Amino acid sequence: VPAETATTKSAGMAGVRALLGRWEVLVAALFLLTCVVGQNLSGEFLTADSFTTASLDLSEVALMALALALVVVAAEIDLSVASVLALSSAVMAELWNAGLPLELIMPICIAVGALCGAVNGFLVTRLGLPSLAVTIGTLALFRGLAYVVIGDESVTDFPIAWTDRAFGNFGGTAIPNTMILFAFLAIGFGVLLHATPFGRSVFAIGANEEAARFSGLRVKRIKMWLFVMSGAVAALAGVVISLRNSTAAANVGQGFELVAVAAVVLGGISIFGGKGSILGVVLALGLLGAIQKSLTLAEGISSYWVQIVIGTLLIGSVLGPNLVRRARETRGGSKPSRRGLWPSRRAATPNAPQH
Amino acid sequence: MSAPATVSPSAPAPAPPRSGERARKATELAFRVRELGIVLALGLLILVTGILEPRFVGAGSLRDLALNASIIAILAVGQTLVILTRNIDISVGSILGLTAFMAGSLLSNNPDLPIPLVMVLGMGLGGACGLLNGVLVTYGKVPALVVTLGTLYIFRGLAFLWTDGRQVNAETLPDRFLNLGTESLFGIPILVLFALVVVLVVGQYLRDMRSGRELYAIGSNPEAARLAGVRSDRRVNTAFLVSGALAGLGGVLFTARFGTVDATAGTGYELTVVAAAVVGGVAVFGGSGSVYGAALGALLLGSITSSLIVLKVDAFWQMAAIGGLLLLAIAIDRFVSLRLEAALRQRSSRRAG
Repeated sequence: VPAETATTKSAGMAGVRALLGRWEVLVAALFLLTCVVGQNLSGEFLTADSFTTASLDLSEVALMALALALVVVAAEIDLSVASVLALSSAVMAELWNAGLPLELIMPICIAVGALCGAVNGFLVTRLGLPSLAVTIGTLALFRGLAYVVIGDESVTDFPIAWTDRAFGNFGGTAIPNTMILFAFLAIGFGVLLHATPFGRSVFAIGANEEAARFSGLRVKRIKMWLFVMSGAVAALAGVVISLRNSTAAANVGQGFELVAVAAVVLGGISIFGGKGSILGVVLALGLLGAIQKSLTLAEGISSYWVQIVIGTLLIGSVLGPNLVRRARETRGGSKPSRRGLWPSRRAATPNAPQH
Repeated sequence: MSAPATVSPSAPAPAPPRSGERARKATELAFRVRELGIVLALGLLILVTGILEPRFVGAGSLRDLALNASIIAILAVGQTLVILTRNIDISVGSILGLTAFMAGSLLSNNPDLPIPLVMVLGMGLGGACGLLNGVLVTYGKVPALVVTLGTLYIFRGLAFLWTDGRQVNAETLPDRFLNLGTESLFGIPILVLFALVVVLVVGQYLRDMRSGRELYAIGSNPEAARLAGVRSDRRVNTAFLVSGALAGLGGVLFTARFGTVDATAGTGYELTVVAAAVVGGVAVFGGSGSVYGAALGALLLGSITSSLIVLKVDAFWQMAAIGGLLLLAIAIDRFVSLRLEAALRQRSSRRAG
């Protein structure tokens, strides 16, 4: 979002404008709007209970979206996250049947997820394959392996102490434990992306990979870590969903990858890489949750509208700014813009990281 | 290839024109080999399965194989057009769901409706959905992945709103419509004939028509295509429109084949369709691939599933096998294109030298 140069107006005005023009502010405003509308649709909307259930439902997608955000900032994509989640769940079930203690199983599951991520990372960075194609392939492969591991059975006899931990709230509040976990990870990934050299490298790679390589960044290694993190977090989400539903099976989380991508894009992370913030993703997740909850609570409105509203928002989140920019450009000289799934790398205009 | 055949024996120190010729031949061969590779894999799969379980190569079984792959093949043809232009259309499964229910409810409410009209309506609705995708991509300048992810939700949501929990049952559909999905013409299932016609028509279009060639130009280098005067926006819109229309046709045929349709018809098809195109050698970065490859990819994916079932391999291996095949296909493509690039570079450096 470009901050207009204040030539005539005061610096303060320009500051306010830049702030209002920020994507995060817009998403936050939409979130508040949804809250107001939601409360009008149903009196139950603004209650602690509805917050608890809405955020619980979104826990796993929320966790996965955080790590996915970093992958997308680096101009790659990981569509295999929901399958890694399923594989993690299946491995968890199998190891539990084998009699291992959960305290040991959980780190193993996360390691399996990291390994899955490493497979993605290897194929993308070492063999130079496009991540979209690779992760569509591993989407099928990892989900398939989940079925190979456990078939169509499921395990439901996890110890209540642990399922309560995943399902329960934090110390008598209305905040689910999963949201505490999410908050920790959000802060962690936020710091990693916005306050460390590693994060700055991720932005640089996403903005212009070639320039990043020539300026001495170890592009392949950094991307590898991003995929490994994405896999590990997806596996963690698999552990969480298995405990939360006290069911581990190979068919959990079908289609979650698309919801996670939707959250990331809605959060203002450019699908071309190089732009966006973790805060935006967190706010977008809040918005998704609020929309979902308000429409399911509302009487007389079919909950099928949830999908239509989310789809429209997703397109609008990119279309809106584009139309604004085009209107500005027609006012003052035009500039060719980019199109396509990915722009041709050489033609890409380098976007300066915003942070 | 207008030059005379240059199959000369052991040429010492190849002259520049001949090395150019050789590189061009290598390029052409590589593309043909890509499709031949799938045919070979397909043949091998059927052969091995046939040896282990002779029933697999029975006429009925092979017929089922083609029948199962035809709807995916039709969608994969449309997907190929879109991917060629360096875009992607992951809303096809939702478009299929929408049109499948439309066809079902139209025909169960008006059993006398002519079937060609239903198909035209299905393709019209699908085409409209596709055009919406295209316009958002070209005029809205929204990345295709974002647009079609959004419309994947929107079209599916509309299908749910429309069906409102109802479903169309086979009993309410006229027999002449359901026969489309089961009967044969000249020994070939009608569904397969549809797929063949679509593949051949679009294949010829891509090969011979100027606008078809332009799709490759756009995908190879969007900027260069624009500078060369290609009306890219119009071409990309057409690609999305055709993809939508073919998904619409697929929806009508889906209803004819399965009879029972609700709002979830075609859920997850988008991934199978993209996988079929990619296995068939259509590069996700655009500019290379053919609809024949995509259709063969659909057939290969379908055959793997059937073969594993016949061989009584644990059904749970199916998905993993398909994923592995997909990765193998793109890895081989990458390898071949690197070799090809090296060959071409050698040619141009020799020419310069």
